[in-house]
Amino acid sequence: MDSSSKEVLISNGKSALHYWREVWQSRELFWILAKRDILVRYKQTVLGVAWSIIRPLLTALVMVFAFGKIAKLDEDTSIAYMLVVMPGVIVWLFFSQSLAQISNSIVGNTNLVSKVYFPRLIVPLSSLMIGLLDAIIAFGLFVLLCFWYQYIPDWKIIFAPVFMFLAYMGAFGFGLIAAVLNVKYRDVGQIIPFMIQFGYFVSPIAYTSELVQTNLNQTSYGDWFYLLYTINPVAGSIDGLRWSLLGDFSAFNFQSFISLVIFDIVTLVISIRMFRKNENSFVDYI
Amino acid sequence: MSVISVNNISKKYIIKHQGKQQANVKDAMSGFTNALFGGRNKVEDEEFWALTDISFEVEKGDRLGLIGSNGAGKSTLLKILSRITEPTSGNIRMKGRLASLLEVGTGFHQELTGRENIYLNGAILGMRRTEINKHFDAIVDFAGIERFLDTPVKRYSSGMYVRLGFAIAAHLEPEILIVDEVLAVGDADFQKKSLGKMKDVSNSGRTLLFVSHNLTAVQGLCNKGAFLQHGKLKSFGEVGNVINEYVQSVSKFKLSQTWATPEIAPGTDDIRIKRIEIRPTVELKTSYIDVRIPLKIELEFWSMIEDADLNISVFLYTMAGECIFNIGSNPKNMKKGIVRGEVDIPGSFLNDGSYYLSVMIVKDSATPLFFFEDAIAFEIQDFREETAWYGKWPGAIRPLFIPVNTWQQELL
Repeated sequence: MDSSSKEVLISNGKSALHYWREVWQSRELFWILAKRDILVRYKQTVLGVAWSIIRPLLTALVMVFAFGKIAKLDEDTSIAYMLVVMPGVIVWLFFSQSLAQISNSIVGNTNLVSKVYFPRLIVPLSSLMIGLLDAIIAFGLFVLLCFWYQYIPDWKIIFAPVFMFLAYMGAFGFGLIAAVLNVKYRDVGQIIPFMIQFGYFVSPIAYTSELVQTNLNQTSYGDWFYLLYTINPVAGSIDGLRWSLLGDFSAFNFQSFISLVIFDIVTLVISIRMFRKNENSFVDYI
Repeated sequence: MSVISVNNISKKYIIKHQGKQQANVKDAMSGFTNALFGGRNKVEDEEFWALTDISFEVEKGDRLGLIGSNGAGKSTLLKILSRITEPTSGNIRMKGRLASLLEVGTGFHQELTGRENIYLNGAILGMRRTEINKHFDAIVDFAGIERFLDTPVKRYSSGMYVRLGFAIAAHLEPEILIVDEVLAVGDADFQKKSLGKMKDVSNSGRTLLFVSHNLTAVQGLCNKGAFLQHGKLKSFGEVGNVINEYVQSVSKFKLSQTWATPEIAPGTDDIRIKRIEIRPTVELKTSYIDVRIPLKIELEFWSMIEDADLNISVFLYTMAGECIFNIGSNPKNMKKGIVRGEVDIPGSFLNDGSYYLSVMIVKDSATPLFFFEDAIAFEIQDFREETAWYGKWPGAIRPLFIPVNTWQQELL
């Protein structure tokens, strides 16, 4: 590459001329920052990467115990409740972890942002890789559990990455808005963990959207509450993943799928615009 | 051909005042929503212009030294040039691959090993993996950390940490290199090494932008200078001239004091000071005094005593208040009137730095008549030739043993 011919223009309110090309050219930095996060994560731990298996496994076991055995939600399911819970756990851990990482990504990398130039988008982008790795490991766990329960998912499994991608986009768009705001308003850093805690209960992790719909239909304004419920991008992602992984267990939920896609597009457009508008002045407020 | 062209750069910061800072929930909410939707804050905050209307051109191969007091806007300018922050108005055009070195070891992660950090830091500074691989052994060698390559850097001594950071940066091969006061860290040996490396960079025809308070280093490394004061570009051009102007503007020293009549002059009933001055005894080519210049201290005072054996004594102090020497004249019988005395401080004797002096007038070699404290303060600039080392020369004096003429005094 002939870099000497490249001219850079620095002025107010303009991010780089060839913004996306520059992001692409920084892919080595992207990988190395992702690698840093992953390497650092289990330094000085005894169990190391095993934690990536223990976390989803324990979460799923607690869910099966609390919702399956105590709340007796497992009585009328055709397949093992563990397998019903797993897609929920995979999406939820992926989404919540990514959201936490990305919303803190700019502030957490102050030392880089205030000392060196690079396309700032690299930081939030790379902070998602750690969650992705966890999701892949959790997916491997699901496959093992399928062997254990002697269950064979059908051809729809090929759509699983689509729903993971949509969950990723939801976390990215929403988290990126939070990351930009977090630079000026550290309140965001306080809100996100709370939202994650809250989201745990309103997302169909250990129960199903069908159950929610059935129960809400018995109340007045049930449709409105259900609409509100499906705005949560996690709901759409989990419904979709269950549809793709669990054979005939659950039908395709168009309502939650469509609101997931809308959520992704809207947050992505807003967040990228916000980010580009503010990225050059991060250091003045951080 | 100019590689950097800076056009009317200004940078504004908003200073939030504690009392006004979103005192109530309503303000906080409007600030929050304005941030979301890009509106304007209603709360009036004070504006602070860190830079106003800066313009200059840097040619290919130039080594530009940025000088100025603290808060003059040097770091802000570097941050804008490094694209870390954006200017409020104006623009900069830059040709070529740029690397900025605002600190040593940017992005080092404590938990990662030396090896991992070389790749991490290299990538952050904009090196490609193949480049890092090519220089890997040289970096390790320069830093001298072979044995600790696979140890987390949190276990490194601070010296090793800094050496590794600099070693990586030193192997960057940008066309434009921006360096902030990184040389202020590390021991003398490290400073020597890093300045040598910077000299290599400048000799290889690359463009260098260098910020430092160390005028000696700026003088030695740079061919052009830019002097910033209160966010404005005071002067730009040949480095010697710019340093001249800078030194002149910051020098708040009183090289002479004169009093017209005894009534207003400092002193006692016996002695009143008329004039005290320190001046170079050779013609200066610069506007400041450097270490080579011989100096003369002159003192005139009114003596109200009819007939006495008087002698004058001078005390020279460093800025830290340590006395470097005290020289007294031989007692001499003086009638009432104006007494004049002078003493030489030879060139190549005092080191660079700031000094002040006090004088004492003594009667009969025993009774101090008047001790005139902090009478004069002056500053000596460094001068060095044919050296690769620009660190601070230690010590209060830098003598080249020259015979000293001590106090002479006479009745005018």
